Amino acid sequence: MKRREILRRSAAAGLLATPAAGLLTGCATSGGDDKGDGGAYQGTKSEQNPLGVKEDAPLEVVIFNGGFGEEYAKAHEAMYQEKYPKAEIKHSATQEISKTLQPRFVDGSPPDVVNNSGAGQIDFNGLVSQNALADLGELLAAPSLDVPGKTVRDTLLPGTVEVGSYDGRFLVLNYTYTVYGIWHSTKLFADRGWSYAKTWDEHIALCRQIKAAGIAPWTYAGLHPRYMSWPLISTAIKLGGPSVALAIDNLEPNAWKSDAMKTAADAWHQIVKDKFILAGSPGLDHKQSQTAWCQGKAAFISCGSWLESEQKDVTPAGFNMTVAPTPSLGSGDKLPFEAIRGTAGEPFMVPAKAKNTAGGLEYFRTMLSRKGAQDFTRKVASLPVVAGATDGVELPFGLATVVKALDASGANGFNWVYNNYYRKLERNLVDAACGEFFSGRISPTEFLDQCQRGADSIAQDNSVKKYKRAA
Amino acid sequence: MRHGRLPLILSFLLPPLAIYGIFVLSPYLQAFQISTTDWLGYSAQADQVGLANFRTLLHDGYVWNALRNNAILLAVVPVVTIALGLFFASMLTMGGRKGRAGVTGVRGTALYRLVYFFPQVLSVVIIALLWKEIYSPTSGLLNGALRAIGLAEPPAWLGDPRFAFWCVLAVMVWSNVGFYVVLFGAAMQAIPRDIYEAVLLDGASRATMLRKITIPLLWDTIQVAWIYLAIAALDGFILVQLMTNGGPNFSSDVIGLRMYDTSFGSENKFGYASAIGVAMFFLTLSVAVLALRTARRDRIEYS
Repeated sequence: MKRREILRRSAAAGLLATPAAGLLTGCATSGGDDKGDGGAYQGTKSEQNPLGVKEDAPLEVVIFNGGFGEEYAKAHEAMYQEKYPKAEIKHSATQEISKTLQPRFVDGSPPDVVNNSGAGQIDFNGLVSQNALADLGELLAAPSLDVPGKTVRDTLLPGTVEVGSYDGRFLVLNYTYTVYGIWHSTKLFADRGWSYAKTWDEHIALCRQIKAAGIAPWTYAGLHPRYMSWPLISTAIKLGGPSVALAIDNLEPNAWKSDAMKTAADAWHQIVKDKFILAGSPGLDHKQSQTAWCQGKAAFISCGSWLESEQKDVTPAGFNMTVAPTPSLGSGDKLPFEAIRGTAGEPFMVPAKAKNTAGGLEYFRTMLSRKGAQDFTRKVASLPVVAGATDGVELPFGLATVVKALDASGANGFNWVYNNYYRKLERNLVDAACGEFFSGRISPTEFLDQCQRGADSIAQDNSVKKYKRAA
Repeated sequence: MRHGRLPLILSFLLPPLAIYGIFVLSPYLQAFQISTTDWLGYSAQADQVGLANFRTLLHDGYVWNALRNNAILLAVVPVVTIALGLFFASMLTMGGRKGRAGVTGVRGTALYRLVYFFPQVLSVVIIALLWKEIYSPTSGLLNGALRAIGLAEPPAWLGDPRFAFWCVLAVMVWSNVGFYVVLFGAAMQAIPRDIYEAVLLDGASRATMLRKITIPLLWDTIQVAWIYLAIAALDGFILVQLMTNGGPNFSSDVIGLRMYDTSFGSENKFGYASAIGVAMFFLTLSVAVLALRTARRDRIEYS
């Protein structure tokens, strides 16, 4: 046989082998059937076991290995194990939730509990529209593990259920309570004799004073400029009331160009115009800007209450970081100065096709027990969504100010959720607009126009499922 | 004897072909198939939508913006990298001025060659993080140097849409040049010295030598470099994702990042992302073919 002939034959064999290989690997989209084999492990429900956990069913937990680490989860797993000693618990932690778990969702064999958080988070819009999440309603109705006479729902802080609900179904348990505000160092302010301003005019005057003292009044995460959208939208909501946020969340036409948003954008433009922002901030990422702030190069920064644990390694002793609400625009504000944005964050979910959905819900019940919640607070210095979780726990300085701000805000607290409904709108589109606005390249009108264009593009995109909330 | 070789050859050929089929061809084919669906990536449900994804692609301003940046990369990175690579390589092999038959490198050639190769040893991720710190507006090396020479307000580099893209482009060139210095250097070693000696006797300058002798004799190597760099320019994903994530305001976006962001980033439209991937596939293929065609010249053989 000639050499050429052999080559030709083997090439033909290769060609034939390819479709066969396709059959072997199967198509990426064909795995798993849609029958929803969730809850393969089902036990008998009883007073002791309201969720019907099968006591020897294995439980798989995947934790986002971010600012909170994974130790707290291991403690929760140990508590679960204590109650169900026969259950084998498989624990893993990753920073890349979507890349690690995507094939398993398609395959129909997802883990039982997923902490869907971080930059590699799976977009909730897609998860919900594909019915990939188990309904957690049963969990809410179940009695609390260690607070007698109360259901799990009764032990949660207000807003927790709303934030995790899509079209009225509670699908996502956001485990931590996060407060978004403006942060400063009490030490720096005491040393210089400054005090936090309650109105916008006073804030501008204070910025002038700070700048004259040779410190930049503001810095921000220039590479993730959406951090600055938080105080701006907060200012607008305090001026115009929670309906401002409702319109934005529901993608109402021209929601971003409401009068309140216009006034707020005009107000915030002042810190750009007067060069109150640390030079070079547009080129800093969140860590770099927060570190510059910790080093005393800037007085204010916008962040959520994870800031303290995120900056633990670089915060000087006695820095005493304090969170404060955005200054009021004036006496016409619908909400008082103390009103602050508080929301449940750090999402946990049970995939609809998990083998042990009952175990997943029971794991949540363990996390939401008083014991589980207090252990979390102690381990990671953050607030869980369980009322009274901080009782008798000594809080670090920053977290103590968070608790105080929450108390002061009370029923005036507000929130928005468009970032959960439409991840791209905040992460990409509003983010880009904020970058242009806070580096002074566009005017307030252009800024709001750009945000509105982003919201409109989401509203017109048929492949994105839309959600509405009532209030 | 002949018939005994057939099983041997087949047993060597089939496993690699099968592996290639399973891990390279079949994902490609699947990507083509997925690109015609509206698959959202987290369930097995995907509806056929025909060419709708490609129609969306044609009107997607963000994709075109990213493509424009890739086009700039394609036009600039290969030319600059090859020019710098040729310049450094020729300095290292024939830049010395010893007065004698001038075909020695500059002093310290070995050291330079080593130093140029450094970026090649580092992983791209490290390069990206390294340069991110260098470009840092407040504490970076670059702005430190600019301030030292008296510039009061140096730019914010990665935070400024005028510079961000070019900053990444510069890093791309920086990280590639070293390899091509070594590649071209090795190829230059293979050029017979008597050719250089002959043209030197004829009184050719070093520039003429480079243009008339070295480049024509290196043409095959340059062509390979060209194709590699062109393909790299159509990618650029890792550097961009780590250094700017496409920002500010999409000014440094590239098509690879668009695909990633559409599937694993801010959305999970795997069907649409596959369509972007398929478009990328054809772009890369056509660029590679074009580069091969336009660079084709007669091969010169020394003998």
